[in-house]
Amino acid sequence: MELTVERVDGAMVVRVGTSRIDAAGAIGFKEAVRDRTAGETGPVVLDLSQVTFLDSSGLGAVVAVRKLLGPDRPLELAALTPTVEKVFRLTRMDSVFTIRATAPAGLRHAG
Amino acid sequence: MPDSAQAMPADTILLSLAIAGTPDAVSAALQALFTGPDRLSLPGDTGTDVQIVLAEAMNNIVEHAYADRPGQIEVTLWSTPDGLKGRLVDNGAPMPGALPAGTLPAMGQDGDLPEGGFGWFLIRQLACDIVYRRQDGVNHLLFRIPGRQSDALGMACAETGDNVANWP
Repeated sequence: MELTVERVDGAMVVRVGTSRIDAAGAIGFKEAVRDRTAGETGPVVLDLSQVTFLDSSGLGAVVAVRKLLGPDRPLELAALTPTVEKVFRLTRMDSVFTIRATAPAGLRHAG
Repeated sequence: MPDSAQAMPADTILLSLAIAGTPDAVSAALQALFTGPDRLSLPGDTGTDVQIVLAEAMNNIVEHAYADRPGQIEVTLWSTPDGLKGRLVDNGAPMPGALPAGTLPAMGQDGDLPEGGFGWFLIRQLACDIVYRRQDGVNHLLFRIPGRQSDALGMACAETGDNVANWP
């Protein structure tokens, strides 16, 4: 599971570099995010702009990440692609998560 | 006689293939079918909807029907005047009881948000005319993707009624 982590304005931005979070990769995704965020502090923004498909297992993994971060480390989602957005909307999870239209730009994106 | 009893134009087979009943094979097949260079060309939200339905239904087969044995999943998709029809066939364990109702899991409080139970909810949100048959030791799951705005789904399903008699 390819993850890139950046600090932007105090938040930890985790950019997911895989195109699918599905039954085949959900556990790997959860463990990778857990490993990269462990020992850190502050809110986490999950940049999903590269993820074109997420199924119910992937949705469960995102929920699990939110739980393992705990109430002191809010998890926000950013840049949902259409299919991912649809899964969140149909399952009403779009009302549970704060969802940003775009991911915070980091150094890589600075003009 | 109702219109549905009349001869229908021939349904067109879009896809027929067999996939190993493993999470990795399902993932790779769906990726090729819906995002690869030779992906299926489907109108509107149909591609999104059928990919979600196939993923959930096939992962159920992998997880439950093939929980204790290896096997294959045969996938067939037809283009029809009523939208996309799909059929999944496997040789795994029978589905126990009736098809799941697919109700949305309770949201709970922050600490106990549901991490599962969304699979059949998504299938039922996106597909109509869902039929399960166990025949000669083989599971058949049939469904139809109406191919219209799926947020008003209940309505889209009701409009064309029960076309189960037209199943191939």
